Amino acid sequence: MGFMAVIGFAVARLRNLFAVVMLTGIFSLTAAVLYVLLDAVDVAFTEAAVGAGISTVLMLGTLALTSSEERVESTGGSRWALVLVVVTGAILVYGTFDMPAFGDPTAAIHHHVAPYYLEKSGQEIGLPNVVTSVLASYRGYDTLGEVFVIFTAAIGVLLIIGRPQFGRRRSHRMLVGELHESMRTNVILRVVSKLLIPVILLFALYVQWHGDFGPGGGFQAGVIFASGFILYALIFDIDTARTMIPARVTRIFLCLGVLLYTGVGIAGFFMGGNFLNYSVLAATPVSGQHLGILLVEFGVGLTVAAAMISIFFTFARQEH
Amino acid sequence: MEFLGLINYWIVIVLMMTGFYIVIAHDNLVKKIVGLNIFQVSVFVFYITMAKVEGGTAPILAEGITTYSNPLPHVLILTAIVVGVATTALGLALVVRIRDAYGTIEDDELENQEGES
Repeated sequence: MGFMAVIGFAVARLRNLFAVVMLTGIFSLTAAVLYVLLDAVDVAFTEAAVGAGISTVLMLGTLALTSSEERVESTGGSRWALVLVVVTGAILVYGTFDMPAFGDPTAAIHHHVAPYYLEKSGQEIGLPNVVTSVLASYRGYDTLGEVFVIFTAAIGVLLIIGRPQFGRRRSHRMLVGELHESMRTNVILRVVSKLLIPVILLFALYVQWHGDFGPGGGFQAGVIFASGFILYALIFDIDTARTMIPARVTRIFLCLGVLLYTGVGIAGFFMGGNFLNYSVLAATPVSGQHLGILLVEFGVGLTVAAAMISIFFTFARQEH
Repeated sequence: MEFLGLINYWIVIVLMMTGFYIVIAHDNLVKKIVGLNIFQVSVFVFYITMAKVEGGTAPILAEGITTYSNPLPHVLILTAIVVGVATTALGLALVVRIRDAYGTIEDDELENQEGES
């Protein structure tokens, strides 16, 4: 964790935005390692795929479209900012004296719904991965909301910077132009990524369908799947990647995922249960839960993958 | 010993304040988004720290294990990370758009332009 703090300071001091973005990638990877140490394997999975992969690529894309050097300034304003930050930090540290010690099993957080999930989910849902059970079943509403947020964000990106492309002759210039040229001619990169991409996609599917038993699920699978495509687009050719999954297809999948999730919820109505109650979907409650979670996770995976791919391509399509 | 139990929280606070400082003290919009990301990660670490139970293991049910970490914060943070990247993308898109419209991504230059026009 100390390492993370050091990287944080470096980010604050550095003026070269390219280095800053690279450091945030390392920062995310360190965070992922930390999550594994703290037993949060599902979270680590997501952080590694998102933080070290996709968000770095997106940041680089923005840098290529804007400027990669921060203007050096000499204003006195930052001293007040520092004072403010130190004061706020001191107040927060004062607040921690009432916090339970690290790893304390008697802390308040472990005494309400969490023991219920841990004890009952084995019988009620029948899945070993409690995180998946809670995510898709007990707190299905929350997850539906999150999926809608991702959906909305993807639509927002498409609206904000996707529009100038409409009706005009498509620009074939790549945002990571120079990077792209050297990468395209690099034999090692080409061969290795050719070998890796099918494995990445397969792994994404494994994570998707095995999320009930091991760490994994729709969110992680969607991100990994998208990163496979993004890798291809970066190393080889963005237009080939685009013809493989045209904009229309990603948009349809984007909606399809959300619709599938909501549809499973509404199907619960017709089978005589509540919204997002999977127990009524099949003959026995447990198999109903299995079916419901599988479908819902698939919906999440579809939306996340489609959102990430379309966001990436929207950035990549911009004219320099 | 009592203080050792709180050191995780303190590092979280240091990270959070670093992010906060970047957001308020820097004019560059991309840097501001990076700052927000650091702030966000500090909150994630905070949740996951709270979920940890001494001697516990990852919350995947298996035979012979009785202590698990708290799964609920894991669920919240797992979705928050993916939502976080989606909103970051939205922010970056806005930055690109601002650059298109004003030719700069420095906050104070933007303000100056607004004053002139």
